[in-house]
Amino acid sequence: MSNDSELSRRGFLKFVSGTAGAVGGLGALGAALSPLTKLDRSELTETHFFQKHYKELTPDELGAVLDRLRKEVEKLYGVQASLGDLKPEDGVDFAYALNLGRCIGCRKCVHACVKENNQSRSPEIQYIRVLEMPRGSVDIERGDHHYVRAKVPDENHYYMPIQCHQCANPPCVKVCPIEATWQEDDGVTVIDYNWCIGCRYCEAACPYWARRFNFTPPGFTDPKSEINPEMNYLSNRPRTLGVMEKCHFCLHRTRAGKMPACLEVCPVGARKFGNLLDPESEVSQILHNKHVFVLKQEVGTLPRFFYYFDQEYPHQEGAMLDEPGAGLGRDAQEGEPA
Amino acid sequence: MKEYTVFVWRCFRLSFVGGWRYQAWMFALTVLSLFGLNAYCKQLVNGLAVTGMTDHVSWGLYIANFTFLVGMAAAAVMLVIPVYVYRNKELHDLVIFGELFAVSAIMMCLFFVNVDLGRPDRFMHIFWRFNFPVSMLTWDVVALGGYLLLNLHVCGYLIYCSYRGRKPSAVFYIPFVFVAIGWAISIHTVTAFLYVGLGGRPFWNSAIIAPRFLASAFAAGPAFVILTLQVIRRFTEYEISNKALGLLRNIVTVALSVNMFLLGCELFVEFYGDSSHIVSTVYLFFGLHGYSGLVPWIWTAIGLNTIALLVLLLPLSRNLTFLNMACVFLIAGIWIEKGMGLIVPAFIPSPLGEIVEYTPTLNEILVCLGIWAFGLLLYTILVRITVPVLTGRLTSSATRPAEH
Repeated sequence: MSNDSELSRRGFLKFVSGTAGAVGGLGALGAALSPLTKLDRSELTETHFFQKHYKELTPDELGAVLDRLRKEVEKLYGVQASLGDLKPEDGVDFAYALNLGRCIGCRKCVHACVKENNQSRSPEIQYIRVLEMPRGSVDIERGDHHYVRAKVPDENHYYMPIQCHQCANPPCVKVCPIEATWQEDDGVTVIDYNWCIGCRYCEAACPYWARRFNFTPPGFTDPKSEINPEMNYLSNRPRTLGVMEKCHFCLHRTRAGKMPACLEVCPVGARKFGNLLDPESEVSQILHNKHVFVLKQEVGTLPRFFYYFDQEYPHQEGAMLDEPGAGLGRDAQEGEPA
Repeated sequence: MKEYTVFVWRCFRLSFVGGWRYQAWMFALTVLSLFGLNAYCKQLVNGLAVTGMTDHVSWGLYIANFTFLVGMAAAAVMLVIPVYVYRNKELHDLVIFGELFAVSAIMMCLFFVNVDLGRPDRFMHIFWRFNFPVSMLTWDVVALGGYLLLNLHVCGYLIYCSYRGRKPSAVFYIPFVFVAIGWAISIHTVTAFLYVGLGGRPFWNSAIIAPRFLASAFAAGPAFVILTLQVIRRFTEYEISNKALGLLRNIVTVALSVNMFLLGCELFVEFYGDSSHIVSTVYLFFGLHGYSGLVPWIWTAIGLNTIALLVLLLPLSRNLTFLNMACVFLIAGIWIEKGMGLIVPAFIPSPLGEIVEYTPTLNEILVCLGIWAFGLLLYTILVRITVPVLTGRLTSSATRPAEH
């Protein structure tokens, strides 16, 4: 009898301590999870979860997605946006040329880009980095990223703006595990911001430091005045926390026949943009007639972004040994892994 | 099936049973795991800005730990090869502890990759559009997932057979063991290829990185097993001979020597060649333009590894105290070398020559500690279950789990 009560008492104690342990454990688990009450759940819906990859969307589905995103922009920022999806045109291969002899390092392009493309203002995300370079060197390691001057240009320096080079052989596209970034037919490398998982492998792969990650939720001080309502799905629509973004040659403008924002704002005309496949275009002319070079040619990325100096080659038309920009264009891309 | 459910239930119950030391150890690990979980929740809410990572140094402590642990997981093969290829008897009953650690290490790897994602809610995208075989990250997913399944199968099968008192049938596990040998080498090779294939990061453009990964893993992994085996021997009735530890010591010695040799080869090419590509290496070893955040780390690592190698090469390390010291030193040394020494410097200076240093934040460190604690918790439970099963104290015929 006494043995029985001993057993039951022990059993009872075991039960009590077990229950206390379980309750304490669950309490601790709850406390550990408590920050989640502040989690932004707006993107944790079934629609978001099952949204397809951009390339798999049917026109109807794409329309629905654009509608939804428009409403999201309105709800979040109070802005009535016109959100479209311009496709690349046939026979277009975009290229950019930048005149190092002209650039004065005023950084107007940097800020015009931020405004045009709805980058986060706080912290500010910038796609263009202007380096102040010492004369006699093209070694970007010697460039100053943070020069502060009352007046530019400084006589002993020249200036080199760097942004996404829209490579014809883009390492960022190659490494993406989920095809969230790809090169379009007009040569622009784009990102589906609703597909990116934020692993930042592309950022590690880029030799030009062109990609930017949203480490915080994008911040605006006065969204109504700051947000540019002319948007495209693959370009400047507002991004969200935890995704990658970068320069896309302002494709919502350039595919509609306009020039990129950075070019339009340039006070000295150092920036030239156009269709490489059109022999009459300004970029084609520059590539044929000027001293042109690309950055880090040795990494084999075949940039679509060229630097040049004003001097012309002293040659007759057609006397060139090697075509600048050779390897770009769709012909060269055939045979490359997609 | 019912038998199996009973087995799992008994294992679950068994994991809560143990002496006060066991309870205290498990309690501490649980608390640390919860701290880590809490820190991760904060990261989910506020974004990766709560870490020390930036657009300049876009991978940090998470990927560093991931890289190190892939190596630790691959190292189980250093016990498998002597036993299954060379029919070594001493290590035969110990292989399973290496494989169980591989399981825990891979789990930790998966956690480390996941906490590094900006959008973990979109993780499923990896199954919808898998950029295979172009992206090396997809290779890594296949390699790690496959290695996890292989080890889970082999361990699970052997343990359950022992529980049921049956003799394991060779067909059901020997082929898997041999596949796992190749697979183990592949997980570390593929992880190295994640980095070495990036043309824009000269610091990583070295074919020697994959072999060096393997050499350092084959030193750190068995060193960890040497330490855990002694813990198992001390706190359970499981028999582990000194001869087995001696054999592991030889393996560690050879692997560490190879690792140091390869490091020397790499440094020679870098510094004798002296091209502008070595800026990151200069930053790592000597500092650059007044920035020297990683210098103390790498020299500590080299110091620890050198001392460990000297102790291992001398007869001194036949003494277990010295052997253990060497093991602790080289695990710490290789952790630094694979983490702070391999991942971070590739980002400094940035591809545009800007120097932004990286210091992990407290939140980031807590997440890492949490994952380590959870991994060790998992390993402790796996060992806790395995020992009584293999010693015949927990079988399907016994009515209650053996307690001690």
